[in-house]
Amino acid sequence: MEQIFFYIFATIAVLSAIGVISVRNPVHSAFYLMVTLLQVAAIFILLRSPFLAAVQVFIYVGAIMVLFLFAVMVLDIGKEELTEAFNQQSVIAIPAVVVMLALIAYMIIGGKLSAPVGGYTDGILIGHGTEVLGKELYTKYLFPFEVVSILLLVALVGAIVLVMKDRQG
Amino acid sequence: MPTLNHFLILSFVLFAIGVAGVLLRRNIIIILMSLELIFNSANISLAAFSYFLKGLNGMIFVVFNITVAAAEVAIGLAILVTVYRNRKTVNVDEIGDMKG
Repeated sequence: MEQIFFYIFATIAVLSAIGVISVRNPVHSAFYLMVTLLQVAAIFILLRSPFLAAVQVFIYVGAIMVLFLFAVMVLDIGKEELTEAFNQQSVIAIPAVVVMLALIAYMIIGGKLSAPVGGYTDGILIGHGTEVLGKELYTKYLFPFEVVSILLLVALVGAIVLVMKDRQG
Repeated sequence: MPTLNHFLILSFVLFAIGVAGVLLRRNIIIILMSLELIFNSANISLAAFSYFLKGLNGMIFVVFNITVAAAEVAIGLAILVTVYRNRKTVNVDEIGDMKG
C-alpha cells in the first residue's frame, strides 16, 4: 500500500521536475516546481515526519514560490526570452549528467547501512514526532539554531541593501 | 514499505534533473528554481537516512537546510532584481563580466 503511494508521489515529482527545466515560460516553471515541492512534502509524510511536511508546505510552497512568482511578475521577464531557452553546452552537459547518475546508482546499489541505529521508532515518530524534534532542537542544537537565526537576519538586511536605490546618485 | 534505496534513487534522480537545469538553461530564474530542486533532493536524502537509522539528526538538518534555502532565495532574487535593473536581461550568457 505504502509502496503504491510512494510510486505515485515519486512519478509526479520527477515528471513535474522535468517540466520545471523544459518549459519556456518561467511562470509555468514556477507552477511545476510547486507541484514537485508538494510531492516532496508527501514523501516526508511517508518518512514519518509530518512536521517537516508542514514546514515544507509553509516555507517552500507558501513563501519561496510566492517570492519567485513575485520576481517574475514584477520584472516582467516572462515575455522576452521565449526563444532559445537552452544554451549551447548541452552536448557536454547531458552526457555529464548521465555519467554522474550512473556513478551514483552504482554507489547506491553497492552500499549498505552500517551506522548504529538509534532509538526513535515508528511509534515515537508518529505520536510525538514534533515534540521530540522540538526538544532536541532547543537543547542539543541550540547553538546552530542561534547561528541560523543570525544568518536569516543577515540575509534579510543584505536583500534590502542590494535592492535599495542609491540615495546620493 | 519502500526501502532506503527507493528514497535515495528518487533523491538522486531529482538531483540530476536539477543539475541538468542549471547546466542547460539560460534564464537565471529557472537556474534558481533548479537550485531549489537540488536543495529538495538533499532534504529527501537526509530525511530518509534519518528515518531508516531511527534517529533525529537528519530531520533537524532538514530544518536548518530549509532555513538556509530561504536565505539563499532572498539573496538570489535580490541580486537578480539588481542585475535586471542594470542590464535589462536575465540571460546568463550575457552576464559574463567576471569571466576569467
